Amino acid sequence: MLQDKDRIFTNLYGFQDFGLKAAQGRGNWDGTKGLIEKGQDWIIDEMKASGMRGRGGAGFPTGLKWSFMPKESDGRPHYLVVNADEGEPGTCKDREIMRNDPHTLIEGCLLASFAMRAHAAYIYIRGEFYHEASNLQRAIDEAYDAGLVGKNACGSGWDFDIYLHLGAGAYICGEETALIESLEGKKGQPRLKPPFPANAGLYGCPTTVNNVESIAAVPEILRRGGAWFSSFGREKNHGTKLFAISGHVEKPCTVEEAMSIPLRELIERHCGGVRGGWDNLLAVIPGGSSVPVLTKDVCDDVLMDFDALREVGSGLGTAAVIVMDKSTDIVYAIARLSEFYKHESCGQCTPCREGTGWMMRMMQRMVRGEATLDEIDLLWDVTKQVEGHTICALGDAAAWPIQGLIRNFRPEMERRIKEYRARIAA
Amino acid sequence: MSHLRRPAPRELQPTSFAFTPENMEKAKKIIAKYPEGRQQSATMPLLDLAQRQTEGNWVPTVAMDYIADMLDMPAIRVYEVATFYTMYNLAPVGQNFIQVCTTTPCWLRGSSEIVKMCKDELGIGIGETTEDGKFTLIEVECLGACVNAPMMQINDDYYEDLTGESTKSILDTLKRGDKPKAGPQSGRRGCEPIDGPKVLKAFCGCGAADQAAEPKDGEA
Repeated sequence: MLQDKDRIFTNLYGFQDFGLKAAQGRGNWDGTKGLIEKGQDWIIDEMKASGMRGRGGAGFPTGLKWSFMPKESDGRPHYLVVNADEGEPGTCKDREIMRNDPHTLIEGCLLASFAMRAHAAYIYIRGEFYHEASNLQRAIDEAYDAGLVGKNACGSGWDFDIYLHLGAGAYICGEETALIESLEGKKGQPRLKPPFPANAGLYGCPTTVNNVESIAAVPEILRRGGAWFSSFGREKNHGTKLFAISGHVEKPCTVEEAMSIPLRELIERHCGGVRGGWDNLLAVIPGGSSVPVLTKDVCDDVLMDFDALREVGSGLGTAAVIVMDKSTDIVYAIARLSEFYKHESCGQCTPCREGTGWMMRMMQRMVRGEATLDEIDLLWDVTKQVEGHTICALGDAAAWPIQGLIRNFRPEMERRIKEYRARIAA
Repeated sequence: MSHLRRPAPRELQPTSFAFTPENMEKAKKIIAKYPEGRQQSATMPLLDLAQRQTEGNWVPTVAMDYIADMLDMPAIRVYEVATFYTMYNLAPVGQNFIQVCTTTPCWLRGSSEIVKMCKDELGIGIGETTEDGKFTLIEVECLGACVNAPMMQINDDYYEDLTGESTKSILDTLKRGDKPKAGPQSGRRGCEPIDGPKVLKAFCGCGAADQAAEPKDGEA
C-alpha cells in the first residue's frame, strides 16, 4: 500500500486550508525557481522518465506529448490548456485537487508551460464547479500577489499568466478539440485531426491540453525525480493515481494509491468492501462510464492499470470505479449511460447524433425485455456502426458500455426478452 | 427537450438589457483575459454574467444581442452558444433551481428516491416551477461528485450524500427562506470515507503519518 510520504495530494480531504501559506507548509512551491533553471529539456526528460501517462482517460505518455510542441516559436504564442471539465460519470478526482490542493495545479501549470515555452495557461473548468473555481481563483490571486506567477514568475525570468475559464454544462468539452472550440467562444464541437493541437490548437497556435491530475503531479515529480514516480506501478503503468470509488461499496471515497493496485484490494482496503461482501459483487465499471463493464470473476484478481484493464477488454479511463452489487438492474444501469451519451452528443456527426438516440431507445426496451432475441445482435451491429465512425471518441464511448453489457450479461438480456414474450403470449 | 433549452415566448422576453455598472467592470476584466482580437472567447462568461443579473436566472434574447454587440460578433454566434450549453437557462426558473443528478453512479445510491421526494414535497414534476416561483426542479447528468452520491445542485451549491430525509429537510429549510448547509449531509467533510480518513491522517489532524498508512496484519 502507498505510504503517506509518497502521496502527492496530501490535502485531498480538505482538512487543511487550501491557501498559499498552508500549501507551502505542505511543500508546494518549494524550489520552483531551481526547477525552472534546470531548463526545458530537463523537465521534459524527467517527465518522460517518470512514465506518467495522461490522467484524463486516454493514457497518452505526458512527457512525449509535451515533446510534440515546437522547440522554437515561429512567432505564434504557445499555450497550455488544462482540461478541468471533469464530467465522465463516476469521476470526481480533479474536483478535490482544485478545491483542496489548488496550488499543486498552479505550480504545475507554471512548470509545464515553461517546459513547452508557453507564457499563458488557460484552465477550463466545468461551470457547475462554482466553489471549486472560486477556490482555484483565490489561489491564483494569491500566487500573483506572491510573485509566483505573473511577470518574472518565481524570480525565474519567465513571464507567465494563468487564467480560469468556466464551461457551461457540456460533457463534450472534455474532448480536447471541443474544449479549444469552447474556449474560443464557440459551440463545443470537436475538430477533425490533423492538425493536432500541438501544431494548431487554441487560436490556431501550438497548444497542449492536459488533465488536471497530470499537471498537478508535475511539481512533486520534478522535485523527487522521475525515477521516484516510476517506482510505483508496473512497467508502462507507473506512478501514483487518484481513484474514485462509487456505487455499492460500504464507504465510497477518493484515494491516492499506487498504480497497478489490485481492484479487490482497492475496494476492501479503502472502501470497507462491497456492500454485503465480495461475493455479493455483480459487476464493476473500472474507469468511468465509457469503459466496458467487468464481471465479478474478472474483478477477483484484475490490476488497476492501463494495460491490465485493456487485456480484459475494458480500460483504466479516469480510474473512476463504479461498483454494482447483486441487487443492481445491470441492464438499466447501462441503459442510463446510453441516455447520458444521447444527451451529451454534440450532434455534429450523424452516426453519433442518430446512433446515440437509437441505442438509447433500444436499451430502454431491453430493460423491459420488449424486444426479440435477434435484436440483441442488431443492437451490437448498431454499436459497431457508431464506433470508429465519428470525429471524436464520444461515439466510441457510447458504444462500449453496451458492447460490454452484451458480452458479459447476454443471458440476463435474453431472460428478460423470453419472460416478456411469455407474458404477452399468455 | 426541456423548455429551458428553447428561447422563452415573446411575452416573457424583456425589451432591453444592459450590464449594471458593477457587472460592466467585471465584463471588462473578463474580456481582458483573452488576447487582443480574441474577445469572442468571453461569450460564455458574459452569458453567465447576464444570467446572474437577470431576475429569474435566465438569458433573454436581448441579452444575447447585447453581448454580440459588445464583443463585435454576429448575434447568431451568441445564440448558438447560448442554446448549445445546458447551463444557460433560456426561460426563467424559480429562486431555488434544483438539479438532481440521476446518472448511473447517483442512481446506484438512490437518486430515484431523491427525485421522488422533491416531486412530492414541492408538488411539481420534472421541468416544472412551483406556483409561488420559489422552486424549479430538473434532472441533470453527472455533476462530478460521484463518491458523494446521491447529490443535487441548488443554484451554486452542491448537496451531497443525500437521503430522502435529508432532502426533505433541505427543502423545508429553503421553504422557510433560510439557507441549508451545503456539502455532504452525512457529516463527512468531503470525499474521505464516511468514518474518517484511512490515509493522510496526519494531514487531517486525526493521527500520525505513515505508521497509520502502513499495512497492518489482519486489516481488510
